[in-house]
Amino acid sequence: MSPSLDWALIWQGTGETLLMVAISTFFSALIGIPLGILLVITDRGQFWEIPWLQKVLGFIVNTFRAVPFIVLILFLFPVTKWILGTSLGTTAATIPLIAGAAPFFARMVETAIREIDRGVVEAAEAMGASPITIVLQVFLPEAMPAIVSGLTVSCVSLISYSAMAGMVGGGGLGDLALRYGFQMFDEKMMFACGILLVVLVQMVQWIGDFVSRRLDKRNLQS
Amino acid sequence: MSLIQLQNVSKRYAEVTALDRVSVDVQTGEMLGIIGHSGAGKSTLLRMINGLEQPTDGEVFIRGKNIAHLSKSDLRKLRSKIGMIFQHFNLLSSRTVYQNIAFPMQIVGRKKSEIALRVEELLDRVGLTDKRNAYPSQLSGGQKQRVGIARALANQPQIVLCDEATSALDPATTDSILQLIQEINRETGITFVFITHEMSVVEKVCSHVAVLEAGNIVETGNVADVFSNPQHDVTQSFLGLKPKKGGDRNVS
Repeated sequence: MSPSLDWALIWQGTGETLLMVAISTFFSALIGIPLGILLVITDRGQFWEIPWLQKVLGFIVNTFRAVPFIVLILFLFPVTKWILGTSLGTTAATIPLIAGAAPFFARMVETAIREIDRGVVEAAEAMGASPITIVLQVFLPEAMPAIVSGLTVSCVSLISYSAMAGMVGGGGLGDLALRYGFQMFDEKMMFACGILLVVLVQMVQWIGDFVSRRLDKRNLQS
Repeated sequence: MSLIQLQNVSKRYAEVTALDRVSVDVQTGEMLGIIGHSGAGKSTLLRMINGLEQPTDGEVFIRGKNIAHLSKSDLRKLRSKIGMIFQHFNLLSSRTVYQNIAFPMQIVGRKKSEIALRVEELLDRVGLTDKRNAYPSQLSGGQKQRVGIARALANQPQIVLCDEATSALDPATTDSILQLIQEINRETGITFVFITHEMSVVEKVCSHVAVLEAGNIVETGNVADVFSNPQHDVTQSFLGLKPKKGGDRNVS
């Protein structure tokens, strides 16, 4: 009753998932890091205090995070079409993925920076560091282990969101699992795709933890 | 002309007055100790010297220049010539000892070759040459403060501010750090301003002392005079003496 696994299809699905996740993670980082920095420095008592901007950015971030991903896909159809000329396909699926993940990651960047010892920032100011120097030479390096952890979490979220990308013809392993496994009762396919997704998540988590640990110099043995 | 002059500086928050018309003069080469209880306003006062805090009233002069009139970039230039060391060291955890000491020089844009020479010189001066590639988390408290001192001296400052620099160290380490600071003052003539709540620190290294209590300077003078003849209750209590009955309220 169960046909044997179509490895070509699985291979294609894996490629689509990897493509979606890689592109989305990259752009989420590209947008999320500056956004997270802005959320910190425009706040009260910080060196680029612009309260209204901080509130607006915070509001945008909160809204995008609150909207369920499926709804985000639908809401962003026109935007996706405008940017890419189409609202279907693997690349098109990255738009709502980025829109969902970047704000989430921005908050993690913000938290990572806020957790830096205030004294260290004060020391940099006392040395005559400019705000840009503080952002690039103090905030980012000191927060990097936490930023990498945050990116790892975001990437894992993106893997699970990408499973819903089938709704816009995005393809991927999740789509395969749904269409062939669930809808066509091909259990082997469903399990195969599911296991591959789990393996992917494990690998991402392992790499992320490794890099974050290597970057963290705060608990070394002498 | 005094090197540092705080004239009638006050710092008021909504309901609290942290400093009330405080005046302090520091001459070149002096080692001034500002002593007071927690909350007396010492930290705020110290931070007015490098502009990390601005007074709500009064003026701060460094070498005769009112620092409130400095542009942001001139203030940063001034700060690069004032070193600061902290109770909790405040080193960058992501940088090695070498890179931490190099940081202030990178900020002012010195050449790599100059930085390398100066870092080695400083490592040698504070006795941490073999730790140049270590990270702060691998160092003891005393070693971290030595890095802090080396970092504060990197750009050849005229003034070094010390915020409870030895309060987190054990007595033996405190002594060795204070000795290092004293030697540096003798070798270079750098002016040091300490804030501390420990009279022993003042006694060991300071030439002058100012006693701060609830936002006011209650006694000031050179260490020999104040120690041998303390006038104010607070000074006396810091020295471990019981205040005279009724309290002698003469302020010198």
